[in-house]
Amino acid sequence: MSGIRRRDLLKGTALTLVGGAAAASVLPDTIPWQPDAGTPPEPVQGQGWKFFSATEAAAVESLADRIIPPDPQTPGGKDAGCAVFIDRQLAGPYGRDEGLYNRPPFIKGSKQQGPQSAQTPAELYRKALAALDKYCRDKEGKPFAELSEARQDALLHGLDGGTVHLEGIESDTFFKALLKDMQEGFFADPVYGGNRDMCAWKMIGFPGTRYDYRDWVGRHNERYPHPPVSLAGRPDWNTGKS
Amino acid sequence: MRFALLAGAALAALRVAAAAASPTDSGQNFAQIERGRYLTAAADCAACHTTQGQDAPFSGGRPIETPFGIVLAANITPDRATGIGGWSDAQFDAALRRGVRPDGKRLYPAMPYPYYTRMTRDDVLAIRAYLRTVQPVHHVVDTNQLSFPFRLRIGMRIWNALYFDAGEFKPDPQQSGQWNRGAYLVEGPGHCAACHTPKTSLGGDENRQRFRGYAIQRWFAPDITNDAARGLGNWSANDIVEFLRKGHNRFDAAAGPMGEEVSDSSSHLTQADLEAIAAYLKEVPGETERRRPLAAGDAVMKAGAAIYEDRCAACHKMDGTGVPYMFPDLAAASSVASRDPTTVLRVLLRGASSVATQEEPTGPAMPAFGRELTDAQIAAVGTYIRNSWGHAASAVSAGDVGKARKSFAADSD
Amino acid sequence: MARRLPAKDVVIVGLGWTGSIVANELADEGLDVVAIERGPWRNTATDYPPSYAPDELRYRIRHELFLRPDQTTFTFRNKMSDTALPIRTWGAFMPPNGVGGGGVHWNGETWRFLPTDFVLRTHLTKRYGARFLPSDMTIQDWGVTFAEIEPYYDKFERLCGTSGTAGNLQGKIQEGGNPFEGPRSQPYPNPAQQQPFSHTLFAKAAREMGYKPFPQPSGNMSRPYTNPLGVRLGPCTYCGFCEWFGCGNYSKASPQTTVLPVLMRKKNFQARDNCEVTRINMDASGKQATGVTYVDTSGNEWEQPASLVILSAYTIFNVQLLLLSKIGKPYDPVANTGVIGRNFTHQTISDVTSFFDPAKFVFNPFIASGAIGMCIDEFNGDNFDHGPHGFVGGGYMGQVQTNGRPIETTPVPPGTPNWGARWKQAVRECYQSALKPGTGVHGSMYSYRDVYLDLDPTYRDRFGRQLLRITMDFHENELKQNAFLTDRFAEIFQKMGARQVVKEYRKGPYDITKYQTTHLCGGAVMGEDPKTSAINRYLQSWDVPNLFVMGASGFPQNAGYNPTGTLAALAYWSAERIRTEYLKRPGPLVHA
Repeated sequence: MSGIRRRDLLKGTALTLVGGAAAASVLPDTIPWQPDAGTPPEPVQGQGWKFFSATEAAAVESLADRIIPPDPQTPGGKDAGCAVFIDRQLAGPYGRDEGLYNRPPFIKGSKQQGPQSAQTPAELYRKALAALDKYCRDKEGKPFAELSEARQDALLHGLDGGTVHLEGIESDTFFKALLKDMQEGFFADPVYGGNRDMCAWKMIGFPGTRYDYRDWVGRHNERYPHPPVSLAGRPDWNTGKS
Repeated sequence: MRFALLAGAALAALRVAAAAASPTDSGQNFAQIERGRYLTAAADCAACHTTQGQDAPFSGGRPIETPFGIVLAANITPDRATGIGGWSDAQFDAALRRGVRPDGKRLYPAMPYPYYTRMTRDDVLAIRAYLRTVQPVHHVVDTNQLSFPFRLRIGMRIWNALYFDAGEFKPDPQQSGQWNRGAYLVEGPGHCAACHTPKTSLGGDENRQRFRGYAIQRWFAPDITNDAARGLGNWSANDIVEFLRKGHNRFDAAAGPMGEEVSDSSSHLTQADLEAIAAYLKEVPGETERRRPLAAGDAVMKAGAAIYEDRCAACHKMDGTGVPYMFPDLAAASSVASRDPTTVLRVLLRGASSVATQEEPTGPAMPAFGRELTDAQIAAVGTYIRNSWGHAASAVSAGDVGKARKSFAADSD
Repeated sequence: MARRLPAKDVVIVGLGWTGSIVANELADEGLDVVAIERGPWRNTATDYPPSYAPDELRYRIRHELFLRPDQTTFTFRNKMSDTALPIRTWGAFMPPNGVGGGGVHWNGETWRFLPTDFVLRTHLTKRYGARFLPSDMTIQDWGVTFAEIEPYYDKFERLCGTSGTAGNLQGKIQEGGNPFEGPRSQPYPNPAQQQPFSHTLFAKAAREMGYKPFPQPSGNMSRPYTNPLGVRLGPCTYCGFCEWFGCGNYSKASPQTTVLPVLMRKKNFQARDNCEVTRINMDASGKQATGVTYVDTSGNEWEQPASLVILSAYTIFNVQLLLLSKIGKPYDPVANTGVIGRNFTHQTISDVTSFFDPAKFVFNPFIASGAIGMCIDEFNGDNFDHGPHGFVGGGYMGQVQTNGRPIETTPVPPGTPNWGARWKQAVRECYQSALKPGTGVHGSMYSYRDVYLDLDPTYRDRFGRQLLRITMDFHENELKQNAFLTDRFAEIFQKMGARQVVKEYRKGPYDITKYQTTHLCGGAVMGEDPKTSAINRYLQSWDVPNLFVMGASGFPQNAGYNPTGTLAALAYWSAERIRTEYLKRPGPLVHA
């Protein structure tokens, strides 16, 4: 909703005042309201990648499965949709640092002064994934996705420990961003593309968007038994008939 | 002798508000003007004749939907050229109580003269006296926006012959003074039946179904009879009084057109008049046919229960009882189990803001779920609340929801 | 060129807690009041309904309800010798935005400060001697006493429906409450909230250790409530999405749920949102404010003349507007002169994460309210003898865990890798049996000569205005205080039966990237002497008597509590004095 329309909802507007009206307009003296208000999230839908190329996507899906490996109870990062999550985030406001302060000069400061880079997350991933691809092809003769899990892990340990440096980027910055984004994708609501079927919430016992625990606040040391609910609901919301 | 006393009591009650009035055309009678202001609120003239958001009360122009098309409310300010400043008292009375304009043409029953006809001439002239004192506004309104053949006001003669039962309210000597006062207000200035009584195909009242609810402006004005299943049978007289005065009671909250009614009209009435209205409505008989609720094990009911638990219970509670004066008690709220689910669908799909009044300023609102829930999910949760906690009302289908979505799309409330 | 609007009696800059409170009080006085708010209108059902409010990514991680740094930000450095750099994304605190301000997304922790907090320098000097205080510590008395503002604390608690257990009722200590609190005239308007498992376990251990645990005073309703204005709130449902989020079911006290429904109905009140005040205008004498200038979303500049200006924005933006409008003498830490920007403080926060046996403990950490928790106050303010410890100040501490949201609250024991199969297994194992209170140790931060606010020489906002510059670092006194408190806190978790307790001491240097509450204080402090304070005891500018500055920017130093109760009480206190005295005789309420 535009700011102007929003302001009109409040009593009186600057324009009517200046327009020479003797009194402010008497819009209803109530709290502003209109039907269909609100901005629920748009669930991630559709196939294909919005930001990653096929090569980049293959690498990120492999990274997802190393950072959050599959196990018998819970899918890994790839099947949980973490790469899809990151893809959609990078294609959106997060990827372009929307809303952040991005005026120059950009000067490197102390750690406790926070990030001072003009580089957006989208730019970081684009460069870092290219550098990772080059590194793997140079050292291993094949892209990251085709390495064995052991080799992939070794490379990630190297990035984590500062022994592997990707050309032209701050490897540490990239690895931290990757971990953060993967784990956010794993635990964020499934409407954003990760945490598919609420697998991460089921893994830990988090009930998701449930909003009423009055019956449970006094039940101590007792496992909460109800299944999680996402912003898009849960399977029980549907009758099964289409 | 007893008969005469009762009749006297009823008449006295009718005169409570009129006691101070000695009809005069001078326009100088303070008591008459005050009484007129009160009756103008009771008759909710502003609902149609004042356009919301404009600083020009009673200057008309607000579109009124009728089954036949749009009629614009007239300018009833005392402006001589475009309002009613040039009308005589007799002309004003004829318009209010007989539906006839000074030029002899017939008004459309969007103007509720079939109800105002029950008012006393004293009361009508008090309204007139008050309206003479409001700010004149020069505002030309072409009231008739109807298409052929409804444009032809001549048709109103036939309509009147079928449905218009002219004449002042006659007190029932068998009833108390309070009941008679209530009947007068409900049937006359309050024109409750205009929304709450089912209509014939031509828009006349279906008198055998009085106050059993009617779909109007894509809301369903609920059954307000004393039927416990669909109407207000579970409400005490005081619940009705509170609802009309505050827009909120322990069960329910007024929103949409009823919210406007509370805000513009009933919240301005005296406690005695509201009690009279409640006493009268508590005596209005409702339907006797009883339905059986859908089984809790029904697939749609189960889906509805799941949605209810996850999205509704945080305000309305698992048992549907809500929070008094804040979140409606879905077991006792007036619209949940209506025979027509329009209001339920409307509130679920688009949200609703309850009216804020002097006594209940909170005005809590229901969020819109139309974008987050599919038609089938809205249908399921609608069906669930209509068949839980003692309710037994028709199921809602996804198709109903789809149609409702489209029909509400252009509405601003 | 700004277009001039018809004059109003009062212009309110920022429609958060204090702006709404003062607007409502002054509108009751019959004054024509306009509030100008930088952010958007927002409300329960239309902006954060239960259907999508519980969205951790959107609200907690992506900061939906907060100011955007490209609207305006500030710069930061630790030392005066450093170059300050702009804060490009939020970290240490969260600047609020929009109608309701921080009241929309706070936790609802509704504390009162201790009586000694208001006379801090006098009290500490008397008890320990002047030499006990570090020489560069600039703490001072407030110019107002606890007893004077107690009725206004009470008024705010009644507005909010605060849920809690009284600890000192008119001087009588009450079982189950905080025995250290100042005497209160009335009990809390609502009983304390129910407490989840870990919170009761904390209380039990604390009691066994000889402490007096009590429920945290909460702006989340323990039952349906109607406040004195007739506005109703619903009962809290312990959803676990409170701080950083709007409340979807009207159960958290906020301007929207307590005062705005009444204020918005008033014919003599008007609000304009999405309008940013860029300066306070002054007459030629420089002694009288004439109103404010603001910019709308189209970039149009408007001048709103008013007889009385109420500055009620967030702490640092109050100070920035004063500096940009050249009101009051800017603070100079070198010469030790001036007042605007002086005595800036934050909070000294630390945490303890503890790991319990998953076979024996199921905490369901997602069942919580914003101000849930059991606390102890033995180590707050001057409730204990600081003599042996070599520091002053303190804080409450408690199991105040507000959520189990998994992006934020999936702790793993030290030594666990931060990715891979072992990380995943540890997350799975610990989620239900680990405790992470968040701001468990809620310590004071006292003021120092070299911690202050001024205008940045380099960085500017979208209007070309200089950003505010924060110069801040921890001093030894606060680090010692924190080490002592964190150790005491950890002992309680040991007693609870944790198999591993991890202390996360607050350490220097002050880090702008790490969240440490949004409790910025000072910069335009109240006091008795215009040489060391920007506003008098009634929050009136010493320099411009028709300007009043609300909020925590007036705190001379920060206490070991959340500030909302105190800043709201001060707003009522100030409004009362405007109503009863200032309006009769506009001019200085205190003669220095």
